[in-house]
Amino acid sequence: MKEAEVRRLLAANLLCVFSIILSAVVPASFWDGFTVFGTHLAWLCICSVCVSTLNIILHLGLKPNLSPKRSSFAHKISRFLKCCIYFFMSCILFHAIIVLYGAPLIESVTETFLFAVLLSTFTTLQCLCMLGPNIQAWIRVFSKNGATSIWESSLQITTMCSILGAWFGAFPIPLDWDRPWQVWPISCSLGATFGYMAGLIIAPLWIHWNRKQLTYKSR
Amino acid sequence: LAASGRRVVFMGDDTWEGLFPKKFFRSYFFPSFNVKDLHTVDDGILQHLYPTVDSGEWDVLIAHFLGVDHCGHKHGPDHPEMAKKLTQMNEMLRSLVDHLGNDTLLLVAGDHGMTETGDHGGDSEKEVNAALFVYSKTPLFGTSPPEEPEAIPQVNLVPTVALLLGVPIPYSNIGEVMAELFSGDGDAVSTVLQQLSVYHINAKQVDRFLHSYSLVAQDLPAEQLQRLQELFSGAMEEHTQLLAQVQGETLVPPELESRLGSLISRFQLYLREARAVCTQSWARFHPLRMVGGCTLIAASCLLCYVASELATSSGSFYRSCLLYPLLWGLVVAVLLGLAHAFTQEGLDLLLVLSWAAAASQLGFFWHWWGQYPKRARLVGSQPPLATISLRERLRAWLRLAFPMGILLFRCGAMFSDSFVVAEARVVPFLLASLVMLLVGKLHWDGRLTVPEGPKQQLLGFSSYRREIWYLLCLVAMLLVCVRLSGFFHQCREEIPQCRPSLFLSPLASLRNTRAKNLFYLLCVALLAGLVYAVRSWLRHYGNLNSSDPLVLFVRWCFPLVVLCIACYWAVASSADDSLGKLQELVQVAVVAFPWAVYGLASVGLLLLLCNPITVFAKDTRESAGSIVTPYLGVPSSEVDFLHVIPQIYKRMQESQKSRLERGSCKATVAAYGLGSVYSAALVIALTLLGFLLMLLHSERLSLAFLLLFLEAFVLLHIHTRAKGLAGDAEPFSVPWYAVISWLLAASQFFYSTGHQPIFPAIHWNAAFVGFHLDHSTNLLPAVLVGANTFASHILFAVGCPLLLLWPFVCEMPSSQRKKPKKDPQEELQEVEEHMMEMRLRESPEKFSTALLQLGLKYLFVLGTQLLACVCAAMILRRHLMVWKVFAPKFLFESLGFMVSSICLLLGISLVMRVDCAVSTWFSQLQLR
Repeated sequence: MKEAEVRRLLAANLLCVFSIILSAVVPASFWDGFTVFGTHLAWLCICSVCVSTLNIILHLGLKPNLSPKRSSFAHKISRFLKCCIYFFMSCILFHAIIVLYGAPLIESVTETFLFAVLLSTFTTLQCLCMLGPNIQAWIRVFSKNGATSIWESSLQITTMCSILGAWFGAFPIPLDWDRPWQVWPISCSLGATFGYMAGLIIAPLWIHWNRKQLTYKSR
Repeated sequence: LAASGRRVVFMGDDTWEGLFPKKFFRSYFFPSFNVKDLHTVDDGILQHLYPTVDSGEWDVLIAHFLGVDHCGHKHGPDHPEMAKKLTQMNEMLRSLVDHLGNDTLLLVAGDHGMTETGDHGGDSEKEVNAALFVYSKTPLFGTSPPEEPEAIPQVNLVPTVALLLGVPIPYSNIGEVMAELFSGDGDAVSTVLQQLSVYHINAKQVDRFLHSYSLVAQDLPAEQLQRLQELFSGAMEEHTQLLAQVQGETLVPPELESRLGSLISRFQLYLREARAVCTQSWARFHPLRMVGGCTLIAASCLLCYVASELATSSGSFYRSCLLYPLLWGLVVAVLLGLAHAFTQEGLDLLLVLSWAAAASQLGFFWHWWGQYPKRARLVGSQPPLATISLRERLRAWLRLAFPMGILLFRCGAMFSDSFVVAEARVVPFLLASLVMLLVGKLHWDGRLTVPEGPKQQLLGFSSYRREIWYLLCLVAMLLVCVRLSGFFHQCREEIPQCRPSLFLSPLASLRNTRAKNLFYLLCVALLAGLVYAVRSWLRHYGNLNSSDPLVLFVRWCFPLVVLCIACYWAVASSADDSLGKLQELVQVAVVAFPWAVYGLASVGLLLLLCNPITVFAKDTRESAGSIVTPYLGVPSSEVDFLHVIPQIYKRMQESQKSRLERGSCKATVAAYGLGSVYSAALVIALTLLGFLLMLLHSERLSLAFLLLFLEAFVLLHIHTRAKGLAGDAEPFSVPWYAVISWLLAASQFFYSTGHQPIFPAIHWNAAFVGFHLDHSTNLLPAVLVGANTFASHILFAVGCPLLLLWPFVCEMPSSQRKKPKKDPQEELQEVEEHMMEMRLRESPEKFSTALLQLGLKYLFVLGTQLLACVCAAMILRRHLMVWKVFAPKFLFESLGFMVSSICLLLGISLVMRVDCAVSTWFSQLQLR
């Protein structure tokens, strides 16, 4: 059962990676002058929209977590609204943190905010899909021995990888190479994206190799 | 040239404007810094070039084209854009030649070549070779040009152009004239004579320069100078002889002509040798000494690390590992000194010192190695422990990994010139990352969540402890502080788009009176706020109750100091002419107020040294009995610290001491502020130092200082919280992350007080605070400027012991919540929790060890940074940016290291002084 689960995870993650690659390649075919560097803001939007739709579809299709027992329509709506609010709040929070880390405060607000949206897509949206608007569950998942299924382990890995990637992405900014990708926030968003992709690929492999050690507490 | 009345016209790169301001007869400057902009400068020049050439109103015309250089940087040499640019230049030359007159010399020279990628600055063949094109309408070369053109050193341009223009060769020139350009009237003999005279002038100039240079500096080797001198005098003698002969005869015989030729080659030889000698000795490094210094620093770092790890483990460690090596070092130093004295050689103090240090370090490692097997045997005798210790050690290594990783990044950043340039932003980034990582790690370890109860486990929920909000608020505050401190940065010229912070200029330079008044009021309010905060902190911990001179000083003189500073700022920032008749009074006041501050601060520091105890003892031997419920614990313990919280003084800390041997007599002494006696002394010292340093900075940087104090405070609190949450077993050791974050904050505020590690950024006017533009010695201004430059290093290093003390000071709030319980067991705990810093008194051995360990850790982190800097300067000594970036950085870093270590010593010795004072205080108390 576990093997099959891991395979499903791998397939889902590969789909995500594939969608990111597509988001960088496909728009160029019907939009003249589209490049990831040149029209970075557009790419940021497209990439986050792609990843979020795919994640939501995957979540609806695969249902990795048990859906709550009460599933009245009103409940679902309130859940959805809550998710939206959480997502927006996480965007704001990421924006604030990025600015506190040294991003320009007034200039290029759009860039910073879109970068925050991308980061939230890679991290918060995943959590929302997987765990729902349930802060306590999030807190549990992001601690040692907190994961209760391979999906949650994967969540841990991808989230950390994205944030680490974004962090490392800030390193080339001060260098004097004058490359187009050193402009704020391109290197950071690329770092986050690569980190996310790496996390997506690493997660199933890591789970596969460590499947002996990984024993999940049943709820 | 300008001095001799020549008209110099310049067009092109605007860097020249900075180099020679207002020297040009006429100039057309164009912005040059943007590398991507290939055409602005060139097009601008082309627009002005031909009209200017045709107008003839010039003696020298310099046209600095920049397009090719920028094109090389941007696209490289093999790009179509480069071809276009070169064609354009070619066209330009072609048409320029048509515009030239007959007596004009056209020199086209590149100042450097480029590599395959179009960059330059290294010392490869491709980079240092460039074309030189010389053109004149009158024929220059009698013979046809040689097949393989010879390479001409760039320095040769200077004397050639100077002599062609008829001005003296610049004093410090070591180049050689290009003889081909001095061709005389066309006949061979006159050519030779002309060239000879030119060489003669050139050689005399070089000789004069070398002579005066060797008098000032000793770095040219004496024997080579001697040889050069002989060459020169020989050539000169022959020159005078030949000239006499030539003048005597109307027709020069051929054999004389050949002698003239050989004389020219002798002059040439002299000039070339002189240049070779100079290049050899000027660009000389001592690789051996460099490597030696680096290993010495590395070994010291290792020593600090090992010693800080060792300090906890063994008791006999002091003598074996610290004292003996010191003796070793002394012995070696004395031996070397004697050897030098006997051999009568010049004593190189640096070498002796480094040998001594090396010897003492060797001694240390030898002793350490000697101890190692013993400990290994000790561990080996208990086999079950060994495996555990291995795992423990692994875990400890992992725990070390993350602060050390941040430190590694910091050190790695020293090796890249861009990162050194951007360090003002790198350091806050790393500091923020370190703190965030700390919080993240605490969360990951589940320290922030309440241990899961069975009910919660069922639901899979976890909830946070209440302290988490406090911690998060602190972290947010720290991040805000870090971000705000970025508004006080000074600029480097490497970042052209940077604008220096508004706050750096003194208030006097503000034109807008309202803004000036507003800022002035703000700064004074901040100062007052700082004083208020410090006083309320001291009052909170009960350190303001006694009537000792120090306490009185804190109560009354702190506001006085603030008043003086405020007056000084007011006087200094007022417009010069506004006060009219009061001018003389202002002159006096500008000097008097800083002196008042200096005096008051030094009085305060002296008082602090004399009597650092801010404890108010209240003898309640008889009366306190009813209120106090003394703990009658295990009778075997000799001395017992008791704690009393009378309802009235709930806020104050009291520590009570009673001798159980006295039996039934319930003798208690209530002492207010004993719990924070160490920190109080440090805080007072820090505040005084802060006042002094603020005085040395421009007015509005007091905002930055306030941020500094706030950030230090927040860091201490975060450290305390994190330590409490992590549940460390050893209260006496300061974790690495705390030390590293403390140092990162120190470097951060080096930048945030408006400094940069470059010489133009030094605040020279700090030397004139309290002085009237004259100094009798160089020492005092050096101290003032140094204190200004390393203000944050000083404050953070002196405050370093607070890292150890703060967790003890802050114990109170957490334990007070537990108070309601009346369980005797609980009571015992409470009593212990309230002892705060008196816990340190409990185990003096551990206390001193902990202080030593803290100091060593601090030194280790400092030393690692210095090591990285030194290595960067050593490895990259041929780098383009070495004199601009790495060398100044290295100088500033090493000076900062020295200042920091001295201040660290001072801070620690202050704590020791307080410790001694507390000991005497206790013994007096016991005698009573």
